[in-house]
Amino acid sequence: MRRSPLPPEALDATDRRILNTLQDGFPISHNPFAEVAVQLGLTEEDLIARIGRLREIGAVTRFGPFYDAAAMGGAFCLCAMAVPAARFDQVLTLVNAHPEVAHNYERSHRLNMWFVLACERPEGITRTARVIEEETGIPVLLFPKEHEFFIGFRVAA
Amino acid sequence: MNIDATDRKIIAATQGGLPLTPAPYAEVARWLALTEAEVIARMGAMQDAGVIRRVALAPNHYALGMTANGMSVWDVDDACALTLGAQVGALDFVSHCYLRPRALPDWPYNLFAMIHGTDRAEVEAKRAIIADLLGPACRARDILYSTRILKKTGLRLKNTEG
Repeated sequence: MRRSPLPPEALDATDRRILNTLQDGFPISHNPFAEVAVQLGLTEEDLIARIGRLREIGAVTRFGPFYDAAAMGGAFCLCAMAVPAARFDQVLTLVNAHPEVAHNYERSHRLNMWFVLACERPEGITRTARVIEEETGIPVLLFPKEHEFFIGFRVAA
Repeated sequence: MNIDATDRKIIAATQGGLPLTPAPYAEVARWLALTEAEVIARMGAMQDAGVIRRVALAPNHYALGMTANGMSVWDVDDACALTLGAQVGALDFVSHCYLRPRALPDWPYNLFAMIHGTDRAEVEAKRAIIADLLGPACRARDILYSTRILKKTGLRLKNTEG
């Protein structure tokens, strides 16, 4: 995924309108592009071509259904460890070797390693965390989500 | 909602994205030897049940200049954490917002809100907006900036029965 800004001229006003409009939703219907194109004053063909280009240049991370991972089954848990600087790379290798570790970020805090465990079943979370503790000798703090709030996040294109 | 084997096939086929063709759900149906009507009905049911949060285009906020982000964390009075958390989540610069258990004494924070901005100063300004919103219900706060991505794999569903 592209992590640097695009030059402003990479997107024209129509591209920005597409980005701003389609982040709010896309129909599940027979000809969804045609429906949205009418609202945007574009042809279906132009809309499809522009979304393809926006994807190619990295202006779009994903276009399609966003599935709720927990609703599909499986268990997830945010975890954190306070890893001494001198041991960071060694511990990182041990932690990342577990396929259950989905994301892992270094963060600016005494708790400096933050990762998400993704397991088929809830028991897998505590089991994997214990194995990591045994392998590294460092406590793994578990931060399961107790409540998820509805998100109003929007990116102004 | 119970997801059956056919739903799981649809999930596996579409979790990477929709095909860019005038009738994308018909194309998905063709891959899976289903009818378009069945794919549309099943995806609609999954959306109604919240298994699909939304069908949408996700702009790459890094590409659009929002390159700074920080995980803001707050120790909020439990009595009003649900009400205040809902207000924080609704802010247009917060991309994730959760209540999580504290890990005392190391970690007094129960509200987590990921803040995005064009630079760190903007993230800090937005963090101040959250601090104002929480007011005296908030007893302690911090923000953790990510300094390195150490691993990133998509959360992908295997195409098998659960």
